[in-house]
Amino acid sequence: MGQPATDRIEIVKPQSLRHAIDWLTSAAEDGSPLTLLAGGTDIYVLLNAGVPLQGRFLDLWGLTELRPAPVVSGGSLVFGALTTYTDCIRSALVQKHLPILVQASREVGGVQIQNRGTLGGNIGNGSPAGDSLPVLAAADAQVVLASVNGERTVPLTEFYSSYRKTVRRPYELIVRVEVPLAPLQKQKQIFRKVGTRAAQAISKVVMAAVGPQIAFGSVGPTVVRARKVEAYLREGGRSLAAAQRLLKQEIHPIDDVRSTGVYRLKVAQNLLAELGTLDAHK
Amino acid sequence: MKLTVNGQAHAISAAPGKRLLDTLREDLKLTGTKEGCGEGECGACTVLIDGEAVNSCLVPTCQAEGTKILTVEGLAQNPRWRKLQKAFLECNAAQCGICTPGMMLSACALPPQPTLQQIRVGLAGNLCRCTGYVKIYDAVKKALG
Repeated sequence: MGQPATDRIEIVKPQSLRHAIDWLTSAAEDGSPLTLLAGGTDIYVLLNAGVPLQGRFLDLWGLTELRPAPVVSGGSLVFGALTTYTDCIRSALVQKHLPILVQASREVGGVQIQNRGTLGGNIGNGSPAGDSLPVLAAADAQVVLASVNGERTVPLTEFYSSYRKTVRRPYELIVRVEVPLAPLQKQKQIFRKVGTRAAQAISKVVMAAVGPQIAFGSVGPTVVRARKVEAYLREGGRSLAAAQRLLKQEIHPIDDVRSTGVYRLKVAQNLLAELGTLDAHK
Repeated sequence: MKLTVNGQAHAISAAPGKRLLDTLREDLKLTGTKEGCGEGECGACTVLIDGEAVNSCLVPTCQAEGTKILTVEGLAQNPRWRKLQKAFLECNAAQCGICTPGMMLSACALPPQPTLQQIRVGLAGNLCRCTGYVKIYDAVKKALG
């Protein structure tokens, strides 16, 4: 047996956030961008499976600047990029303002994964099955990217250009996620993950809702907001069947190892009943 | 790189990306930590880093630098964890045994006097294909509950 890929990869370890950004910048200028490594729960699965990941890795794990406890600041619930699922579960502020993120975090893998998986990693990895993403999309989360030019903010719903492709430039780093608090007030929050089992399963369909704002995961190349259904609800629409027909127009799930497109569409439509605002008899 | 494993400081020269699992098993000859799935699902490779359970197959050794690591070989040093080992024996919580080190390490990260529900959640990231889990929960409850 040859030397495992994990022994061969080159990892550079910045001493500070500034240092990390400088490194990203010079690597991008050299045309050899660095791959970002946070808790490793996605990248190491690929490496262990023998996927040949090329280039150098920038190890962010030690950057304590990116892992402050979640705080409320400037009217938003603010997370550092390295906030782990366990950090979310333990945070009284997250429990209070965004309980569906706590719920989603509890359903990500086992405790071992919750201790290492990060919000920034989930966003940056961009899997359409990322469990935190529908929650963040439904809650209008903003992704803050830092570079030598300063910071820019991109709504999570505009962060993905296609399957696993993001608008992050190679010299930028996700540093924070900000969830505006005002739209959360007095809104019912719902999170439902449908997978093979309750624990340790990657989702077939995920739905998160903050009042009339609804997002789905695992039903398309990226996390998706159900804008047509949302508009229908905002106009006072109450028919479950009508909402389900609208949803069919805006999500196009595929067949893959975990499920089929037909099943996913049906389950996503059925999940709309859990919003509690739609009438199955209308 | 400097690692403290089971209270003992080690200076090792390993590739930074080498999996902590491999560093423990190959460089430190601590082969009690097992590899199962290699994708963070089975929990056989669970160790504690600064008191938190992790899958050592997914942790680059450089991310464990400067931390305190607990592996199954360190359990006998602590009376509380000795009690856990004894309970696993007494409750027949091990059959083939491959999941046992990871199970015990996940149990070590539970809150004091865990409820059955806390045990089930805390051990959800550890798969056992022999016991059906009941005897494992019994052992953890007996030792820590």
